[in-house]
Amino acid sequence: MITLSHFIVLGAILFCIAVAGLFINRKNVIVLLMAIELMLLAVNINFVAFSRFGHDVAGQVFVFFILTVAAAESAIGLAILVLLFRNRSTVNVAEIDSMKG
Amino acid sequence: MIDPNLLQLVCFYVFGAVTVAAALAVITLRNSVHAVLALVLTFFSTACIWMLAEAEFLAIALIVVYVGAVMVLFLFVVMMLDIDQEKLREGFVKFLPVGLVVAVVMLVEMLGLIGVRVMHAQTMGANPAGDSNTAWLGKALYTQYLLPFEIAALILTVGVIAAVALTLRQRTGSKRQLASEQVAVNPRDRVRVVKMAAERPAGAAPAQEPQP
Repeated sequence: MITLSHFIVLGAILFCIAVAGLFINRKNVIVLLMAIELMLLAVNINFVAFSRFGHDVAGQVFVFFILTVAAAESAIGLAILVLLFRNRSTVNVAEIDSMKG
Repeated sequence: MIDPNLLQLVCFYVFGAVTVAAALAVITLRNSVHAVLALVLTFFSTACIWMLAEAEFLAIALIVVYVGAVMVLFLFVVMMLDIDQEKLREGFVKFLPVGLVVAVVMLVEMLGLIGVRVMHAQTMGANPAGDSNTAWLGKALYTQYLLPFEIAALILTVGVIAAVALTLRQRTGSKRQLASEQVAVNPRDRVRVVKMAAERPAGAAPAQEPQP
């Protein structure tokens, strides 16, 4: 029998993998974007599970909106990435420092 | 005869294992193209997990929207950019311990929190959606959540326009029409009316043609 904990544990594991990915790939913007997608996926798993076990439609509606916003975000993120690569010929985070942040 | 509940549990563990393994591959693989393909596998097996949770519409939407569109976009960008893979891997070993420590500590904390609640283990129960998950979701989406739904459409439009506007560039030497200039043109700038006699007088020397 699948319980709620199964889904939440899976979401937690995915989220932690994504956080580790942010740390160990901190030079490659593309992998950073992919780690963010993984995080959103982990959150979505939790939403779906709680919606199913809590008998509430709001969770699945929210997942729908998260998917929408994530699609728009990755489209704009990749556009910025292409622009950055065209101007600087690199996707290395360490070399993108023109704003001196 | 296999117990359906047991079968469900076995399926969950198989899909979950594939999801976790693919997610690990995403963050460790050397080649970005392979990483994107591993991410596709992660999304696909997560869609299977959502099927087990009886969220059929979202599972299919995840495959169509993510595997079909977003991941293909990622793949295009990764293949389009000529990236020096080796240079980007420099800090990998250096930051590996930090990343592992943070991730493991977070995981232990989260599992601890979840473990406290395990004693009230909740089972799935009857499907609240009834027969059709899509109808259940659609009714809520088009009545109670209509305004957020339309705002989501607006966000997608803004995303499309922003992505095009960001990457658009004017190439030098490209031949194209400027519709605004074509419409705004004045006939007097294009045609010059020259007053002259319709015939030359007989016997006269041919005059110089006016230069156009």
